[in-house]
Amino acid sequence: MRPVDVIEGKVSVLDRADVDTDQIIPKQFLKRVERTGFGEFLFYDWIRSGEIELEPAPILVAGRNFGCGSSREHAPWALEDFGFEAIVAPSFADIFYSNCTKIGLLPVILDEEHCRAVAEAGEARIDVDDETVTCAGGVFEFEVEAEVKHRLLNGLDDIGITLENATAIDAFEASGATDHVPMTTSL
Amino acid sequence: MARTMFDKIWSDHEVGDGLLYIDLHLVHEVTSPQAFDGLRLAGRPVRRPDRTLATADHNVPTDGTTAARLIADRLSRVQVETLERNCEEFGIPLYSLGSDRQGIVHVIGPELGVTQPGMTIVCGDSHTSTHGAFGALAFGIGTSEVEHVLATQCLVQKQPKTMRILFQGTLTPGVTPKDLILATIGRLGTGGMTGHAVEYAGPAVEALSMPGRMTVCNMTIEGGGRAGMIAPDETTFEWVRDRSAAPADFDAAVERWRRLPSDPGAEFDTEVEIDAAAISPMVTWGTTPGMVAEVTDSVPDPAAMETAADRESAERALAYMGLKPGTPMTEIAPERVFIGSCTNSRVEDLREAAAMVDGRRVADSVRAMVVPGSQQVKATAEEEGLHEVFRAAGFEWREAGCSMCLGMNPDTLAEGERCASTSNRNFEGRQGKGGRTHLVSPRMAAAAAIEGHFVDIRDWSQR
Repeated sequence: MRPVDVIEGKVSVLDRADVDTDQIIPKQFLKRVERTGFGEFLFYDWIRSGEIELEPAPILVAGRNFGCGSSREHAPWALEDFGFEAIVAPSFADIFYSNCTKIGLLPVILDEEHCRAVAEAGEARIDVDDETVTCAGGVFEFEVEAEVKHRLLNGLDDIGITLENATAIDAFEASGATDHVPMTTSL
Repeated sequence: MARTMFDKIWSDHEVGDGLLYIDLHLVHEVTSPQAFDGLRLAGRPVRRPDRTLATADHNVPTDGTTAARLIADRLSRVQVETLERNCEEFGIPLYSLGSDRQGIVHVIGPELGVTQPGMTIVCGDSHTSTHGAFGALAFGIGTSEVEHVLATQCLVQKQPKTMRILFQGTLTPGVTPKDLILATIGRLGTGGMTGHAVEYAGPAVEALSMPGRMTVCNMTIEGGGRAGMIAPDETTFEWVRDRSAAPADFDAAVERWRRLPSDPGAEFDTEVEIDAAAISPMVTWGTTPGMVAEVTDSVPDPAAMETAADRESAERALAYMGLKPGTPMTEIAPERVFIGSCTNSRVEDLREAAAMVDGRRVADSVRAMVVPGSQQVKATAEEEGLHEVFRAAGFEWREAGCSMCLGMNPDTLAEGERCASTSNRNFEGRQGKGGRTHLVSPRMAAAAAIEGHFVDIRDWSQR
């Protein structure tokens, strides 16, 4: 993935709580076997019914528990393909949060009041290294795990990093720690 | 120091700091194609095909289609055929359409016995938490992580917090594990377990069968929990004992498994206590699993809710569901009934539903279907004659798959149709665009099919 250090620009707002991944990308689009091109299907039913309007922008401010439900990574893929580079919300569902960090779509947790300030400002600057969001309403700190930050700033491939530890994995397997695990190939 | 079951399994699998070894990786057609593409692009092999198992479930038609190439929907066909090609190329065992072991990924793991206590299990599916019913650490992952596990058999993981939910007392007759977990999510909220690995404990949980425990752990994700777990005991061991993948030295395995339960005095980051005896049959009224009421209750009034956000969510949910505040839950009349999904499609679920409909007829206003969780569940149910009971009552008896839980196959709700469903999510459009889902137990769904509206099965069964 590409490095992520500063994200700056306009803010789009989706002021709803508990937005689930079934809304972000409805199931009929999960049949695609490609990884790109999901942006046009983002919030497919909500946008087409006129229930919401959403402009592509670098930053999306959303409600609490954003991305709950299914583990489909198609949801972050669609948000990223639509044009978002960071999502700011009071809280995220665990799997969604993790999926975002894997593809370089930055999830930022701010409390409700600060989320509102960013939404009202309409523009913001997010600095990953400093862990700050700056907008007309103030400068707000957020947290990002050291491991995630390192990968984001350097645009590193998770798998490549783990494979550098291949000897540790070899040693773990050789220790007999997994010998009792059933073999799926001999069922 | 006293340790939780979670702590024990976690530390047993730590390869390095934050790097967790995965014992079993389950794969299905929807969340894996891009992961296999990633491996090919980087020229990486699958590290442990012998710790990986695949099946086709999300997309498969339930009309008796016997092979992937015969699937009518082009995109679904391509996706299942892609899985078949990928599994062949990378040497991964696969139970696809036509196999007598095909079925919903979270049904076939426990059924084959590859799900065992103490293991780490992942799958590109949020309902992987189901396997925690065996005292395993099991959770859903995204496609990037699927690729990571395929390549390394490990995952980079931040250690979640621990939560214990202690269920005191026992469930009363007519109240099922589905009601227990729905009531729990209703109380804690859809984000109430976020960031936690949750252990369900207490006498009401110890009394549950394995299928019941799987139902409870399955829906952990609907409360936002990373993983749900239940301590292994005699009930667990008996389930695993004669399965295809049961350990050769079973007694040695049991001895190992007995060391897994949380030590007395082990500390959890969050503790919750719930009186199981006070739980009633539950029905969801809204568009998240946390929007749930007792069957004896009515649709709530958003105006009475505490926060503006809750009021707004509830108003939107009721508009979508076509419901008015104050309507008794028993006056809600589904036109469709779906018995199936990784939550409630095991033989025990089908037995319970069949007992409700035996000798009765589905209401004229209702179209009802049963979708067994796997080919083996279907075969067992047919040996017991359950299919005849369902058919005689007017139910459709279909082939195994995820089916109308998420409607990726042709089994969907039409716009505005209302469904009593034994599945796990009542999100907008989940079962079909504009479809209205009420989550219930198999027995509640079966009774609703007969009466044409929800009933309190505690009275109804005795009629």
